[in-house]
Amino acid sequence: MTGPGTAGPGLEESSARPVLSCRGVTKVFGATPVLRGIDVDVGEHQAVVLIGASGSGKSTLLRCANLLETVSDGVIWLDDIDITDPRCDAVVVRRRIGTVFQAYNLFPHMSVLDNVTLAPRVVQKLPAAEAKARAMDLLDRVGLADKANDFPDRLSGGQAQRTAIARALAYQPRLLLLDEITSALDPELVGEVLSLVREVKEQGMTILMATHEMGFARDVADTVCFLDGGVLIESGPPSQVLADPVEARTRQFLDRVIGSGRSQ
Amino acid sequence: MTYPVQVVAPQDVVLPPVSDIELGRRRYRRDRAVRSTAVAAVSTLLFAFVVAFGLSRAPGWSRIQQSFFDFSLAKKSFHPILDGLWLNLRVLAVSEVCILALALLVAGLRTVQGAVFFPVRVLATAYVDFFRGLPLIILLYLIGFGVPGLRFSWLPNNPTVLGTIALVLCYGAYVAEVFRSGIQSVHPSQRAAAASIGLTYMQSMRLVILPQAIRRVVPPLLNDFVALQKDVGLISVLGAIDAVRQAQILQAQYFNFTPYVVAGLMFVVLAIPTGRVADAAAARARRREQSGSLV
Repeated sequence: MTGPGTAGPGLEESSARPVLSCRGVTKVFGATPVLRGIDVDVGEHQAVVLIGASGSGKSTLLRCANLLETVSDGVIWLDDIDITDPRCDAVVVRRRIGTVFQAYNLFPHMSVLDNVTLAPRVVQKLPAAEAKARAMDLLDRVGLADKANDFPDRLSGGQAQRTAIARALAYQPRLLLLDEITSALDPELVGEVLSLVREVKEQGMTILMATHEMGFARDVADTVCFLDGGVLIESGPPSQVLADPVEARTRQFLDRVIGSGRSQ
Repeated sequence: MTYPVQVVAPQDVVLPPVSDIELGRRRYRRDRAVRSTAVAAVSTLLFAFVVAFGLSRAPGWSRIQQSFFDFSLAKKSFHPILDGLWLNLRVLAVSEVCILALALLVAGLRTVQGAVFFPVRVLATAYVDFFRGLPLIILLYLIGFGVPGLRFSWLPNNPTVLGTIALVLCYGAYVAEVFRSGIQSVHPSQRAAAASIGLTYMQSMRLVILPQAIRRVVPPLLNDFVALQKDVGLISVLGAIDAVRQAQILQAQYFNFTPYVVAGLMFVVLAIPTGRVADAAAARARRREQSGSLV
């Protein structure tokens, strides 16, 4: 079994040990293989962007990474912990990972502030005042300090997703997983969410995200991974994968996406 | 004339004066409203007159009136029956609290995960299956007459207490299923979100799932409460002197069914407000769902 930091096939050896390391990750639902041996590394302070058509396995890989799904084969390391070991406590792993979902998944019975302070209060056992101060600081950063006492049904899609990002950051995770977080948004709201992600990345967060926003991938990603049919077809810096892909399938996918006007 | 569509009217924007066409429409609607009110009033009066006339002319009406609607007996039996109803209300309050607690516990045990809890899940499921299927009247007889027959000194033998226990066991099974359906109706994405921020199973149940589930089951819970309001009258079969038993005593005493009518009307009056509250709660829940709130 390969350990963290050991280069898998087709990946260069990096000097620093990656925060998240996937080796041969496979997921089969019933008789349908969704992931077929994925190798991905996410280095510290890096943003790795997963691209690919719907059903290519991007979301499933993210759900395996925070143990909402158990892998059918392969290993995932979070720092030096093998999180695919069944003896590993999923709750402890998830406390080190922040996740933002496509459909926001805010808690509708709690105010924006309570959504953000829940994990610091309950999981980290922070005193209420400290949790609130931290949450207000975060809400200020995401531009929602004035919405702190509103309930999620009063927010626009962009505001809801920014709240979800604040909720995921509130317990200072080691890794942020973003699962097509702009796919449910109206086009004019996409920008506000993506510029927030860019800011979070610049402040040093380690990010693994699935997206259809090629322009954003080009600007922000350190590594772009193209998935097709559960296979990692091609990965590398965006300048290479997006501008001059080696694989024909990557080229085909990019042509289709650019044709549909999602390139910017 | 054209009408600018004013969706948002900020403070400093003055709406144009109401047009003649709109004034005409308003006048027409007002006239229609007045006319339909008048028609409804006339038809109600006419209907009431026909029913009253028909009834009073019907053969045997005086006998029906004597047996069911004896006004002086109604007045005489009002207070004793009301005293009995006070017992029903106390039983209602105590049993409702116990039912909610028991049902929440059973629903929680039925949905708890983990191999250790397998026997607990089986037990909770068996409880629901058994007591939901068992006729309440048989349960009342078994507990109300069977338990005192055991002559264990440490067991209660007060018919009111035993009747309350039977009601709690029976309704606990129904209400547990209401809670369970509420728990299961919370979207899986909420569980995923709760898990993703590092909550344990119990924490996500207590802080995320149950608050949403309980809010969603308020209308069906109120419905079951209305049913319980009537069924507290069944403790009379055990000999507790409640409204029904009191009416029965008076009926036997005067050979007249008016006391039953009085007791029945009291239960009806009791149920109307709860029914209205249940309707309002259901309407509110429907509105909230249709407004497309985030799930």
